[in-house]
Amino acid sequence: MKRELRSNKDFWAGMMLIAIGLGAMIIAREYRFGSTLRMGPGFFPVILGAILVLFGLAVVAVGLRSGEKIQGHLSLRALILLPVSLALFGALMELAGFVPALAALVFVSAAAGREFKFVEVLLLMVLLTVASIALFIWGLGLPYPLIKGI
Amino acid sequence: MELFQNLIFGFGVAFSLQNLLYCLIGCLVGTLIGVLPGIGPMATIAMLLPLTYNVPPVAAMIMLAGIYYGAMYGGSTTSILVNLPGETASVITCIDGYQMARQGRAGVALAIAAFGSFFAGTVCTLIVALFGPPLANMALNFGSPEYFSLMMMGLVTAAVLAQGDMLKSLAMVVVGLLLGIVGSDVDSGIKRFCFGFYELADGIGFVIIAVGVFAVGEIISNLSDPEERVVFTSKVGSLYPSREDIRQATPPILRGTALGAFLGILPGTTPSIATFASYMIEKKVARDPARFGRGAIEGVAGPEAANNADAQCKFIPMLTLGIPASGTMALMLGALMIHGITPGPGVMNQKPDLFWGLIASMWIGNLMLVILNLPLIGMWVSLLKVPYRMLFPAIMVFSAIGIYSTNNASFDVYIAGMFGVLGIAWRLLGCSPVPMLLGFVLGPMMEENLRRALQVSEGDPSVFITRPISLAFIVVSLLILAVMTLPAVKKRRGEITG
Repeated sequence: MKRELRSNKDFWAGMMLIAIGLGAMIIAREYRFGSTLRMGPGFFPVILGAILVLFGLAVVAVGLRSGEKIQGHLSLRALILLPVSLALFGALMELAGFVPALAALVFVSAAAGREFKFVEVLLLMVLLTVASIALFIWGLGLPYPLIKGI
Repeated sequence: MELFQNLIFGFGVAFSLQNLLYCLIGCLVGTLIGVLPGIGPMATIAMLLPLTYNVPPVAAMIMLAGIYYGAMYGGSTTSILVNLPGETASVITCIDGYQMARQGRAGVALAIAAFGSFFAGTVCTLIVALFGPPLANMALNFGSPEYFSLMMMGLVTAAVLAQGDMLKSLAMVVVGLLLGIVGSDVDSGIKRFCFGFYELADGIGFVIIAVGVFAVGEIISNLSDPEERVVFTSKVGSLYPSREDIRQATPPILRGTALGAFLGILPGTTPSIATFASYMIEKKVARDPARFGRGAIEGVAGPEAANNADAQCKFIPMLTLGIPASGTMALMLGALMIHGITPGPGVMNQKPDLFWGLIASMWIGNLMLVILNLPLIGMWVSLLKVPYRMLFPAIMVFSAIGIYSTNNASFDVYIAGMFGVLGIAWRLLGCSPVPMLLGFVLGPMMEENLRRALQVSEGDPSVFITRPISLAFIVVSLLILAVMTLPAVKKRRGEITG
């Protein structure tokens, strides 16, 4: 039973929904609930949270009955590297400027792919950086320094 | 005739140099992404939204709409030529379109698809112009209770008719509504669900969620797919259909247009449903159904017309009522809000240039697509040779710059990355993110209307069932829910949406 639950699609979908719903209700307890006449800031989130928990329970029930498994592949490489490339972009925009941020973004995200050809990625990096500078900095006039400190 | 006056006014707006240019850009970008598999109109519109911040709202909407129906055209091109649906809506076109291509009749299939789409586009431009104003005028009299119930009906039908598991789709609407709450409460000013981040005080940016889930999430999902796509190129052949082809294709185009227009107005029906239904009808009424699957021109003409009709009529509820009938329309609604326009029936009277200009531009855009795309087919097909490994870093670049430029905040980029991960988790668990986006867009308006409705009724929740129009909306939502849970319908629904 336990082993089956681990890959039960609807069980986990329902659990996720319950977690979001409960989380919303718990956090929203700090906001005034009010009454139907004067809805406080906590009114809508608490009700939505409760509805979501109910949906979650129903989905868990469906999962326990059908036992459908989670299907589809997941590339861990892409799952980790793409958000990391975005994080790098964000951090380097603050610290180093537009060009380094873009270079890091292209390089790391390209590494998330199935194939990684170094020369090709290098060329892509140059091409995308030049195109972005032309379009966004010169064309649309976004006020970002190309390289900070220069 | 007021209709023609309005349309002429609309064409006046759409024919300005700037608007024509944005229409053209939209159509070209749309065709491009329609041709390229692995990137859909949702991701593209989300990604390019930030580029339109400094553009007047009319031009911005015209361009975004162009991307949307351009993608429909582009999707059919690759379906026919290389048996590769660029968009989910073009899956049906693959069946007979690709067979026609293998028989050396790719040009004819493309021409019929383009003509069918253009015809459907023309009819639906008129339908939007005809039904838009009365619908908006009716909605102008709606009070808060009617609005709340209308939004609920929109969300329920969208979730119920959308692809995937119905229960989970409804739940994802609620997730979206909750995400819409994040930020300062308009009524009390309290910051809700901000976790101490001042960046969240204005709520989670619409672009951030859309790009995170639909662009980044889509890339992760594509890279996870172990199948590499294989691309063949084939000869296009003559573009001119014979008289026999035209005779065979005309009734399916008419039927497909009517079907698509009808299904298009209903919230939640995806173009895939319209194309599938059209194909089934054509197969049923055909004298020799065995020809289907072997290059029957009706199998291309009907679904392509239905596809475009559906796509175009989706604008009716979005423009007149402020109700998004699909994920793409939720994006368009978000674009309106970003440009400071409150969606709803007021748009038509307060922004007639936007309303009529957009409608007229759709017809111009459809014409542009026919004129531009057929001669340019060779170019589009050669784009298929661009490998995905070079494409997705470019999408990442556009997404990242787009998000960052919204508020000049790195924080937003981090949040988008997080939503990319969430998006992929939802996909694996079979929870469609599209209903979430619909809920997210409507969330704040729903809360506001609920609050106002209950204030007017002095706290009595029965106001939603004592006002007749509101009651009608609620009854319709319940009816749709009830019908869709009938075992027989449930089974058929599974077959269609798969």
